[in-house]
Amino acid sequence: MSTTLTITGLHAKIDDAGTDKPILKGVDLVVPPGEVHAIMGPNGSGKSTLSYVLSGRADYEVTAGSVTFGDQDLLALEPEARAAAGLFLAFQAPIELPGVNNANFLRTAVNAVRRARGETELDAVGFLKLARAECKRLGIPDAMLKRAVNVGFSGGEKKRNEVLQMSLLRPRFAILDETDSGLDIDALRIVAEGVNALRAPDFSALIITHHQRLLDYIVPDHVHVMSAGRIIRSGGPELARQLEAEGYANLIAEAA
Amino acid sequence: MNAFDSNNALQFLALYDRRASSSALSEAGAACLRRSGLPRRDVEAWKYTDLRPLTALALSSDDLLSDAALETAAGLLRELALEQVGLSATPRLVFVNGRFAAALSLMPELGGVSWQDAPAADALAPGAMAALNAMLGHDGAAVHVSAGVEAGRVLLVTLGVGSGGEAVTGHPQHRIVLEPEARLSLLEIARGSGLYVNNPVLEIEVKAGAHLTHVRLQDEAREALHLSTVRAMVAERGSYDSFSLALGARLARHEVHATMSGRGGEVQVNGAQLLDGQQHADLTSVIAHKAPACNSRQTVKNVLSGRSRGVFQGKIVVDRIAQKTDGYQMNQALLLSDEAEIDTKPELEIYADDVKCSHGATAGALNEDQLFYLRSRGVAVAEARAILVRAFLADALALIDDEVSRAVLERAVDASWNRRTG
Repeated sequence: MSTTLTITGLHAKIDDAGTDKPILKGVDLVVPPGEVHAIMGPNGSGKSTLSYVLSGRADYEVTAGSVTFGDQDLLALEPEARAAAGLFLAFQAPIELPGVNNANFLRTAVNAVRRARGETELDAVGFLKLARAECKRLGIPDAMLKRAVNVGFSGGEKKRNEVLQMSLLRPRFAILDETDSGLDIDALRIVAEGVNALRAPDFSALIITHHQRLLDYIVPDHVHVMSAGRIIRSGGPELARQLEAEGYANLIAEAA
Repeated sequence: MNAFDSNNALQFLALYDRRASSSALSEAGAACLRRSGLPRRDVEAWKYTDLRPLTALALSSDDLLSDAALETAAGLLRELALEQVGLSATPRLVFVNGRFAAALSLMPELGGVSWQDAPAADALAPGAMAALNAMLGHDGAAVHVSAGVEAGRVLLVTLGVGSGGEAVTGHPQHRIVLEPEARLSLLEIARGSGLYVNNPVLEIEVKAGAHLTHVRLQDEAREALHLSTVRAMVAERGSYDSFSLALGARLARHEVHATMSGRGGEVQVNGAQLLDGQQHADLTSVIAHKAPACNSRQTVKNVLSGRSRGVFQGKIVVDRIAQKTDGYQMNQALLLSDEAEIDTKPELEIYADDVKCSHGATAGALNEDQLFYLRSRGVAVAEARAILVRAFLADALALIDDEVSRAVLERAVDASWNRRTG
């Protein structure tokens, strides 16, 4: 089954304290399987909103357009069904879950997705073996499994925990929402490693970032520039380097 | 209208008048109820809990335990599946409708522990429900642990067997005495079927350096009324460490009066109330610091769905002599519906000047960001809610240091949650 992500004429607004604020104003984007696309753009351009709309967060309302993943209407699915279909969002600000053990959380998530895909569930022992192996591969201390989810984690640990979740859930389409922000070079390598290890003909990803730096480690097939809720320019990896050198101002002025 | 006409305890008094025997204690209880009746909501301590479901009941005058009731009780006991938690051989005292059920109990010879010999209560425990208990009670556990004895774990099981129509009432009168440096872990379980009233009183005496863990599972039938009173007297270096979980009953109130009378005593009155539908549960405590350098700790969590209502009233009284008191009180509520309600009333009454006392209360809904995070990882919404509710209760349940008792409560929470949402 083809798992192309197709975004067509997508408009979305956020219900912000009772006032509607349009954020996405006609996004068109096609990500075929096997490709990694990057979205860059200044703050407030709608990059994070796009990631939330794709993953089904409740406080955003799609007012026009469509998103399909393979032959599925993504927007009609509940967030958990999107995850089961193979979508994964690495959060820009991962959420803390006090009182929820990280290993239990990861196993619940992995088994929920396995169940939805018709695969057998992992028991506690089988899961721990898998989780420890993934931790080792990603250079993540497995002490992180014993703690409450993201509670007391440093910024870098939270991002690494996102990558660990991604590696365990084995998505077909991953969205990384500024996963590189606030990371030192070692943590950045772990994130890149996590994505690169998943690269395969049936895996695609959308990397949302401010900086070209991450794209030195995860080399994208295409780079898109977003501004004021639309994609205003698309190109190859060289576009990221151009932006790093020149900034967004010229491009935005051109598009206006 | 004269005072007699307005007495709302008349039918309970009538039950008492039909009794052949009485004692000084039952007379004291009856006198109290003749004088004041059962409290109405204009009594400050009962402002949030309305006893009309109790006073409006049609009462059964059936005073003896029938074989049929005993058989039902045996079934209720089996349903507890004590063997699954490794408790089938643990000493247990079982009461059915307020009567001691020897056939269901297990009282092995245990060095330094006696099941019957604690002296009977001689004075009324505080509160109207204790007066009712004193007037109508027959039986109770009487556990006495000799000085320095580590008595392990004991189960106190109260089973209510309701018949149709008229309500049976049970008023067990328990007394637990720990001599100096003794230790006991008491697991109290209350459950039943049908319409009945369970109104136990526990008189607890923890002598110098003794340690009592008291974990309660209130899982009464949904039609039942549960009203319990604990009076705990804690001597120097003694500790009374309690946790009360309220899951069942239509109307429930657990009232704790704990007094630290010697230096270095410690009291914990923790709890959780998990309610839905029209359930009402009240945890009321009065913790008295009457000696220096005592600690009291209180964490109470509420998870409220439907139109349920949780009540927490926590009073800490620090006498002038009780310098270096350390008191902590926290009450938190998770409101899972718009119609659920929590009423919280912390009260600090401090007469000493060198003390550390704090209290706090929070109420809120499930965190949407946390819910979305779980769902984005493939966890279905019902399971995501269950995970967050368990996490909310986790740090309260973690306060139970007896692992076996904690496991019993955790299982009960899970079973109750699954029953409600499944």
